[in-house]
Amino acid sequence: MIDNTQDSFEPLSIDALRTMAGVIRCDIIDMICTAEAGHPGGSLSAADIVTALYFRVMRLDPQNPAWPDRDRFILSKGHACPVWYSALAERGYFDKTHLGTLRRIDSILQGHPDMRKTPGIDMTAGSLGQGLSAGLGMALSGKLRGKDYHVWIVLGDGETQEGSVWEAAMAASKWKLDNLTAIVDRNRLQNDTYVKDVMPLGALAEKWRAFGWHVIDIDGHDMTQIVRALETAKTLRDQPVCIIAHTVKGKGVSYMEDIAEWHGRAPCDEEALLALDEIRRACDLPEEGVR
Amino acid sequence: MTGLYHHLKPDVIDHLRQGTLLTRAPGAPTRYAYADAVLELGHRNPDVVVLNADVAKSIGTDRFAEAFPEREFNFGIAEQNMVAAAAGMATTGLIPFATSYAVFLTMRSLDQVRNSIHYPRLNVKLASSHGGITPGPDGPTHQGQEDLSLMRAIANSTIVAAADSLTTGRATWAAAEWEGPVYLSFTRDPVPYLYEDDVPFEIGKAIVVREGSDATIVAIRDMVAQALVAAELAAAQGLSVRVIDSHTLKPLDEPLLLRAARETGAIVTAESNTILGGLGSAVAELLVEHHPIPMERIGLRDTFAESGPYLSLLLKYGMSAGHIAEAVARVVGRK
Repeated sequence: MIDNTQDSFEPLSIDALRTMAGVIRCDIIDMICTAEAGHPGGSLSAADIVTALYFRVMRLDPQNPAWPDRDRFILSKGHACPVWYSALAERGYFDKTHLGTLRRIDSILQGHPDMRKTPGIDMTAGSLGQGLSAGLGMALSGKLRGKDYHVWIVLGDGETQEGSVWEAAMAASKWKLDNLTAIVDRNRLQNDTYVKDVMPLGALAEKWRAFGWHVIDIDGHDMTQIVRALETAKTLRDQPVCIIAHTVKGKGVSYMEDIAEWHGRAPCDEEALLALDEIRRACDLPEEGVR
Repeated sequence: MTGLYHHLKPDVIDHLRQGTLLTRAPGAPTRYAYADAVLELGHRNPDVVVLNADVAKSIGTDRFAEAFPEREFNFGIAEQNMVAAAAGMATTGLIPFATSYAVFLTMRSLDQVRNSIHYPRLNVKLASSHGGITPGPDGPTHQGQEDLSLMRAIANSTIVAAADSLTTGRATWAAAEWEGPVYLSFTRDPVPYLYEDDVPFEIGKAIVVREGSDATIVAIRDMVAQALVAAELAAAQGLSVRVIDSHTLKPLDEPLLLRAARETGAIVTAESNTILGGLGSAVAELLVEHHPIPMERIGLRDTFAESGPYLSLLLKYGMSAGHIAEAVARVVGRK
């Protein structure tokens, strides 16, 4: 199932994935605190999913980011890029010292993902509603050329308010793209407030099913469920898979959890210390200072 | 008259002398020339793919679909998805030609065009029919009068709008060779076959079609034919008018245009785009910074047009050959 043929990386166990997700959460807090700007809530809600992808499920080679046969990943909710940058750094795409340069002049880490600046970023993102379409193009190309790579897209639940997401959903079904998996980070909050109050999504799973997708509902913070769903998505045939990952925005930092304000606000130093302490305790990580 | 014209077909020169270019000369919509060229590209290069949005039959890319069914993707009436999917394809090394009408390809999906194609400089070709007011009878909803302006404002853009079928084919081949995004603009209605096979065509290099010393008309796409007729009308008034086919709006052929400005001392631009932000703006910006001279812009003057035959619309909205010739007389008078 796991095919990391291009490097010697050993896919992590479920327990090790949980610990790595803690490391990534700490990176997220560090990065956004240092940058004094960014989007912690949606980075933290996606941390377990992104960790499972980069440290167990995806076929990739950090030494060769342009490897044509690699799996592709797109963080369509590009504002949550700290989670992506951390995963890439921890996986060895670039040195971790870059994480301290987020959003700074001349940094390789832009405020939203830029494929031309950051090794390992497969698609520029930031304007919501485009990642699934871009991934669809990658998946079509894979089919055309007989490549067996898989394309993974993480979308925000609020993002699915964009109509073009459903254009892409319709098309992926038309072309039976079983090499394409959409993971909806269903953290129930968007920039202004709760998704249900801004523009309710209704029966989200039923909508994806009606568009021809195989839908898997999971707890997006349960590593066992995440890994099982992702690996199932790789094996299903003739149909794209949508994993609806029920998550908590700000997961792991109790004062951020389920609070809309933490969509796009940076923690101050004291808040960051509090957050790091909580994350480390939860994962038995050693103590370090703020970067 | 030898040496007055460059690269034009002999019958085009005859029509110009007889005043029948716009009514009698053979021609075709340039969208079909694009469809021919991309079909040829399909044979030459297995990386070329065509993306359609339910106007394949109108543009002629249904023939590519027949020839290469596995390399044609019809996205239906969903341009945003098509354009961003083209970006995804380009990241894998394919050369996608995303094909639709100007208004939809640029405006419906402008965010995708900007953020998913031009910002990451992905190798997508946007093939855009129904440029300017050439879809006359369809009316303003289908008349692409802003696409050149919008595309010009986007960084990393390259914009080519050829004047006839031959150069549209050349532009399509050149776009496939060009590394990075290219926007190609075609006409819905017929324009005359202007050029001989020997016409040099290179992205970024404008073509001097007619020599002249009193003023220069810089024209793009369908308006090159109007400009040629206008030059004849001006000649009848004793004015010697150069005509430049500025098929590449971006990057503009600045050296050639500045030479024309210095040598003729007056410029009129002609486009069936809005005068805001298109060719006229580009040339004005160049001149005001480097060589200010009397200049006028012909184009849609901040208005929507209406349904009607293409040539009638040019007359009603002040963009006909006669209007261009009058503008030439005015700029020469201001020297």
